[in-house]
Amino acid sequence: MKTVTITLANPPELYLEGQNITPDNFAGKKAAEIATLDVWEGKMKSPLGKYFTVEGEGGATAAETKIIVRGDCTRVKRIGQQMTAGEIVIESNADMYIGGWMKGGKIHVKGNVDSFCGIGMEGGELIVDGKAGCHLGSSPRGEWRGMQGGLIRVAGDVGSDTATFINGGTIIIGGDADIHVSTHGEGGTVIIKGNAKARVGGQMVKGDIYVYGTIENPLPGFKLVGEVEQEVDGETALFAHYIGDLGERHPVSKGKTVYANIYTRI
Amino acid sequence: MGELIIKNGFVFDPLQGVKGDRMDIGIKDGKIVETTALANPKAIDAAGMTVMAGGVDIHSHVVGPKVNVGRLFRPEDKLFKSPHKSPTCNRMEMGFSVPSTFKTGYDYARMGYVFVNEAAMPPLHSPHVHEEIRDTPIIDNAAMPVFGNNWFTLDYLKNNEIENNAAYTAWLLRATRGFAIKVVNPGGTEAWGWGLNCDNIHDPVPYFDITPAEIVKGLIETNEFLGLPHSMHLHCNNLGNPGNYTDTLDSFKLAEGYTPKNNFGRDQVMHVTHVQFCSYGGDSWRNVESRADKIMDYVNSHENITIDMGQVTLDETTTMTADGPFEHHLRALNNLKWANTDVELETAAGVVPYIYSPTVKVCTIQWAIGLELALYAKDPMRTFITTDHPNAGPFTRYPRVIKWLMSRAARDETMKTFKWLDRTIESTTIDSIDRELTLYEIAQMTRAGPAKALGISNIYGGLAPGMDADVAIYALNPEDMPSDPEMIENAFSRCAYLIKDGVVTVKGGEVVSEPAKRTVWVDVKVPENAQVQRDIYEHFLRHYSVGVENYKLFEEHLHNPRVIEVDSTQ
Repeated sequence: MKTVTITLANPPELYLEGQNITPDNFAGKKAAEIATLDVWEGKMKSPLGKYFTVEGEGGATAAETKIIVRGDCTRVKRIGQQMTAGEIVIESNADMYIGGWMKGGKIHVKGNVDSFCGIGMEGGELIVDGKAGCHLGSSPRGEWRGMQGGLIRVAGDVGSDTATFINGGTIIIGGDADIHVSTHGEGGTVIIKGNAKARVGGQMVKGDIYVYGTIENPLPGFKLVGEVEQEVDGETALFAHYIGDLGERHPVSKGKTVYANIYTRI
Repeated sequence: MGELIIKNGFVFDPLQGVKGDRMDIGIKDGKIVETTALANPKAIDAAGMTVMAGGVDIHSHVVGPKVNVGRLFRPEDKLFKSPHKSPTCNRMEMGFSVPSTFKTGYDYARMGYVFVNEAAMPPLHSPHVHEEIRDTPIIDNAAMPVFGNNWFTLDYLKNNEIENNAAYTAWLLRATRGFAIKVVNPGGTEAWGWGLNCDNIHDPVPYFDITPAEIVKGLIETNEFLGLPHSMHLHCNNLGNPGNYTDTLDSFKLAEGYTPKNNFGRDQVMHVTHVQFCSYGGDSWRNVESRADKIMDYVNSHENITIDMGQVTLDETTTMTADGPFEHHLRALNNLKWANTDVELETAAGVVPYIYSPTVKVCTIQWAIGLELALYAKDPMRTFITTDHPNAGPFTRYPRVIKWLMSRAARDETMKTFKWLDRTIESTTIDSIDRELTLYEIAQMTRAGPAKALGISNIYGGLAPGMDADVAIYALNPEDMPSDPEMIENAFSRCAYLIKDGVVTVKGGEVVSEPAKRTVWVDVKVPENAQVQRDIYEHFLRHYSVGVENYKLFEEHLHNPRVIEVDSTQ
């Protein structure tokens, strides 16, 4: 694995669209070539080298390429968008759409991220040490095919509309979640280790949600069916088990109706 | 405007019977002229290339409120599917199945099309339709107001008042600057207001107590009474359901005994649109099968009918139609988002995304049925290429449809991707058809035929002196056709040249200029009719949400009109 280190030396005045910062685009390129990749500040297109200093070179393939992003990237968006393999480490905060439409590989953000991170994710891993904004692991606007696979792990709190239209994959939230979790979900798992606010699992057809703390305003479309012991993220605990959303259509599999599940820890 | 000469191309002009002869085409002041009339023309070398008139699309949903609903509620149709702004175009482009107005105009031009007939205009929303026509660059547009569920029409036809219905039709064509009589699921969309439908042509409409058959016959009579350029344009009852081919044949039979009366060279009294959706046998989606052969047997032996295909292109697309109950039915099938609206006394509409997948048996059978229709056509001047854009696929796939029609190998290649190939072959006859259409037949199905059926073949669809100088040049050598069918699709996707109104508009597949576009509409002169005037006044007073003076299109909404005048008082 070869490493490319890019350091934000001249921070943008506006927000920077950094969708070209991926192992896929860096693979097979020398530092000078990487510095010529396009980034956009508002509608102005510039080479990456205008903002970042580039050291090192990409590996032969995306899988053999690791990118370390240094400097304060609070105003850099879309790092790792649509990446298929390789690794990115962002040593600061980052803005929106980090790891959006990701298919593989790993992104590790050591600070906070803003909204729409891991949106439309199909595979790979997105690890955030701080907090995340809204629409984490959600589907893009209008799209009914949301997160298909992969893992998102956020240590802190997240904003609203997490995992809308989730179809697969896992989202683990260390802190609290704001309203709307797994709305329209048809699969996948969301684990909230803190508290959830309201509208958890609205219009959900299939899939699982675990809440370790409390749900401030649970939805009436979910019905308590019992208590179960489950192993979640490596630890076993006792949960109250709810099924729903009873106002929504539900598929029948092998003669049994499939519901979405919400588990709250007892 | 200058002079142009297109030299040495292989010219295909079915309206004049020109079958690939090497000819020069002269252009002066936006019109085709004899080459002898040119003094000092600029030359375009078309040696080794195919020259046709600009394409004419008889049925496509490109402008208006339901198209815009499709744009609004499918942002995902734009995501990663919108090209960066072309440096040679004035405006940026967006969307795939429901492209932005600008992309619509540019993409039609890139394919060598110059005229597109909007398939359904809700009369109440005609200002929206005309504003979008204005914003769709390059291509000339007409729009057909829908009549098949209109309360005025239903009332007049119930009492068999053809003359009154004709006066109302003329008034509405003028009020909306419309082009022809469109009929969508006659009676069924009105019945949808009661949560019902008209499943066959003898199923009466609630309250109005009139049958779809009576509506269709009445509108044919109205159309021929007025002598409009285009015929009655029908979207059949019970569309999109297994076993509906008998209903379609019943609808066809309604045209029997009628002969066209018009001064526009039109020979049909009924155009039936997107017939692919109307040619299903079987009694459920489990055993649905093709009845395209039966449908085409009828069409081939009855000269007063024209049809278009509605070819499924196996893409993710957006369905939209004034057939409200059908869209509701579709939503229940695929559980995706659904938009629905009712348009007061006139019509309704629905919009649902749909994925035609090569892994789904019904979709691949639909694909085969569309192609069968065109391949069984004995008279390509009466069967036209459409995808009912965007219902069966986006119009940008016409080149792919042409490829399938011109190449058995291309059809086989596509069929290899089918999950249910055996079932598709069992349920259709596509595998037994070896016919490959010629460039001349393609010219018939994409320009000459539609122009004739629309009654505009004196302006569009041909290359005779005096017609609009709309010429498409494709990089295809008829004497040395490429062995790879992909090259056919490429050539028709991006024409080598499009000349629109004598202006070089597309060059090497790129839009290089944006000549003024027009709105084509039909102004019919009818005798003064006091009763109809009073009916209009009364209905607007009692039932409409707008006043009649605000309803009629304001002149400022109408963009660069080209009026086709009809005098029915003679």
